[in-house]
Amino acid sequence: MEKIVFYILALIMIVAAIASVTSRQMLRSVIYLLFVLIGVAGIYFLIDYNFLAAVQLTVYAGGIIVLVIFSVLLVHHIEMELEMAKLSKKLITGLVCLIGLGVFLSVIYSTNFNVVENSKTTDVSDIGMGLLSYGAGGFILPFEVISILLLAAMIGAIIIGKGDKLTKNDDTL
Amino acid sequence: MDISYILFIPFIPLAVFLLLGIFNQQIKPAVSGYIGVLGLSVSAALSYYTAYQYFFVVGKVDGVYQTFVEKTVWMNFTDTLHIDMGILIDPISVMMLIVVTTVSLMVHIYSRGYMKGDDGYTKFFAFLSLFSFSMLGLVLATNLFQIYIFWELVGVSSYLLIGYYYTKTSAVAAAKKAFIVTRFADFGFLIGILIVGYYAGTFDFQTLNAVNPEGEGLLLNWASSSFMGLSVITWALLLIFMGGAGKSAMFPLHIWLPDAMEGPTPVSALIHAATMVVAGVYLVARLFPMYYFVEGGFALNIVAYVGAFSSLFAAIIALTQTDIKRVLAFSTMSQIGYMMLALGVSSYKGEEGVGYMASMFHLFTHAMFKALLFLGAGSVIHAVHSNYLKDMGGLRKYMPITNITFLIAALAIAGVPPFAGFWSKDEILVAAFEKNQLIYFMALFVAGLTAFYMFRLYFGIFWGKDTQYKHTPHESPISMTFPLLFLAFMSIVAGFIPFSEFVTADRVAFEGHLNYPMAAVAVGTGLVGIILAWIFYKKENDLAERFSNAFGMLYKWAFHKFYFDEIYMFVTKKIVFNLISTPIAKFDKKYVDGTMEGIGNKTVIISEKIKGLQSGRLQDYAMFFVSGVVIVALVFIYLWTN
Amino acid sequence: MIAGISIYEIFTLTSILFFIGIYGFITRKNLISILISLELILNASAINFVIINKYLYPDVLQGVFFSIFIIAVAAAETALAVAIIINLYRQISSVEVKDTEIMKY
Repeated sequence: MEKIVFYILALIMIVAAIASVTSRQMLRSVIYLLFVLIGVAGIYFLIDYNFLAAVQLTVYAGGIIVLVIFSVLLVHHIEMELEMAKLSKKLITGLVCLIGLGVFLSVIYSTNFNVVENSKTTDVSDIGMGLLSYGAGGFILPFEVISILLLAAMIGAIIIGKGDKLTKNDDTL
Repeated sequence: MDISYILFIPFIPLAVFLLLGIFNQQIKPAVSGYIGVLGLSVSAALSYYTAYQYFFVVGKVDGVYQTFVEKTVWMNFTDTLHIDMGILIDPISVMMLIVVTTVSLMVHIYSRGYMKGDDGYTKFFAFLSLFSFSMLGLVLATNLFQIYIFWELVGVSSYLLIGYYYTKTSAVAAAKKAFIVTRFADFGFLIGILIVGYYAGTFDFQTLNAVNPEGEGLLLNWASSSFMGLSVITWALLLIFMGGAGKSAMFPLHIWLPDAMEGPTPVSALIHAATMVVAGVYLVARLFPMYYFVEGGFALNIVAYVGAFSSLFAAIIALTQTDIKRVLAFSTMSQIGYMMLALGVSSYKGEEGVGYMASMFHLFTHAMFKALLFLGAGSVIHAVHSNYLKDMGGLRKYMPITNITFLIAALAIAGVPPFAGFWSKDEILVAAFEKNQLIYFMALFVAGLTAFYMFRLYFGIFWGKDTQYKHTPHESPISMTFPLLFLAFMSIVAGFIPFSEFVTADRVAFEGHLNYPMAAVAVGTGLVGIILAWIFYKKENDLAERFSNAFGMLYKWAFHKFYFDEIYMFVTKKIVFNLISTPIAKFDKKYVDGTMEGIGNKTVIISEKIKGLQSGRLQDYAMFFVSGVVIVALVFIYLWTN
Repeated sequence: MIAGISIYEIFTLTSILFFIGIYGFITRKNLISILISLELILNASAINFVIINKYLYPDVLQGVFFSIFIIAVAAAETALAVAIIINLYRQISSVEVKDTEIMKY
């Protein structure tokens, strides 16, 4: 059962990803991306990381995608078709990517992973304890750093996004 | 003997030079003259004091004049090979101190009159002081390298002073010529110094000249290496002599001296008659034990022949010149040749070394009377405003003091007793007679020629035709006549100094005595010359003209200085420039520069082509990056497996 | 653990997603499309972190934390990127890559 679900998810993700990077319409591209992200969340569900899957859905599917859609709508006409790269460039890039993929896969399949059989379920409190503990294996410092980063990014985004108007207001002050 | 105060002798002129040079604009000309004279007076007084101390009080120990050295190591190469800076006091350096400071002081005083009203009056005195400093430093040098440094400084001062009238093209050309010719000679000098440093392992005069009690040179390793059949040290000595020959205007490096007369006359008197041009003689004298002992004195023989030939050569040219300063210039060259030949025929020990003594003696007396001749000529030029004999004549009526002093100097140089030149010239002839008859007869012939051309000059200027002058010539001011009188006095009495008591090759005094037959022959030759000049030039007549016409070709050759300038021009311009330098320059421009520029241009072209890679497109960079990663991964995974 | 699915298959999936992202990153000519490709790359690596955690070291949660951080950083980055894109659009009325190549040479 899970095997079939995984294959279906994998198929959806790969197809949606390819569609996303080849679609000539911006908005469709974003929607295909949404499918990929949901597929990723599905994989998280499959391996019993429910909290992570929820975060993936809310932040990515709910937040980032909406943000990107907004920007697409702000800067594009819906029906506008995207300019595509030259065929030769596509072919060369595709070739390089295929070779790279071959290298990756050959390395992966020639490596013997020491897989530990388990069916452990992780609940939210474990993640919370891990993130906020300051003992061994605790991630309190990166957590705080990330929060500062998010704040800084937010302020930066506001200032960059409003750039012109802010400076104009400064002039009038 | 505490000799540190001697440092003041060169450094006072240096201080004067700096003062006058830096405050050139601020100091009034009248004051600058006094500063220069004052500085040199102090130096001269110190020199006289030094001479007194050295020769009469502390210099002599057990009948041998000692050498006093005070020096500090400047650059250290090995234990024995180092360049020092210091002062060296021995008979010849003390004697040179007196010569340089005396003549320099007289020239300073004289210049106050001669240069009056000149635009660069202060500058002139600054240069004179610079020259005095350099020359005194040269005289006091303790080692070959120090002497070389001051040697070049002297060359620079000479260049500056010859080119003093820098608005005159001929003066600038003469200055350049003097500098280039002497510099060319100094190139040999430098190579010689380096050879000495390499093979003898020291630059120090005392070590190089060391002599053991038996009177043999201690520099025994001179035979260790040889080159083309001669010891390398002999080669070094010959090269050093090349430097000396350049400065002393010996054949064939003499061509700059006549042209150097473009400088102001006091400069000619100081530099190109009395001091700088004898630097070559001084250098050979300074290294005399080396010259004498290394390889049986081969290098010294060369010195003798070069000196003798130059002496004769210059005397013949001097017969024909019409520019009075040029006559004096060739006369100087001839007399320096005399000194060189005297050194060349000298031995080292005792009375055998009479040539060395005679050379130094002649250097001393010659400095006095030749400076006097130049200053007298300057006085005449000052009055007549011309350098040429044809513009002069009958001046004895207008310039009595100049006339008398010039006559004294002319008698001195002609070797008439009891004037100074007689005594020193006699000693030289004695030395030459004992060693080498050929050189003796050359020297004797030159003595006759000297007397003849000098009185040709004297009669031509002060007697002869009664020229009508636009402005009536008048006697020069006291500042110019005083040096004339002083030097005339010196020219009379200098000959009575018993030089063999003071300056000898092996530092042991001996009793000098007059060789009467020799003296009689010499005086006779001189008198013949004077009488011939009397007949030819006392009254205006055409004897001289007929005589020179009789010689025809020879006269013309001599008048054109045997075409040496033209030969040098041909060699440098036609052969060196056109055949060597120009092709090299072309080669340099075409291939050496071409290669370098080609590399530069190719780089630019390639850059132009590949700068498209730096497109600014992020995605291109990402492409390169990914390709690179893939390639590196492939290499490391599949090709680098071991 | 996903029953019957080995770690190799999941790595194959993430590698494919990763290179699709790179392909898109290089070939797309629009800033927003590049951003989308970037999200693909980020997600592929995030999955890798989580999978390695789950399959190889099930007793710890480091991989999960890294994924959370990646999601946070991605969110911040997207917000900034969108702000920059919008600002750029205001200035030059375009979000095409070819219009933003003025910093070359």
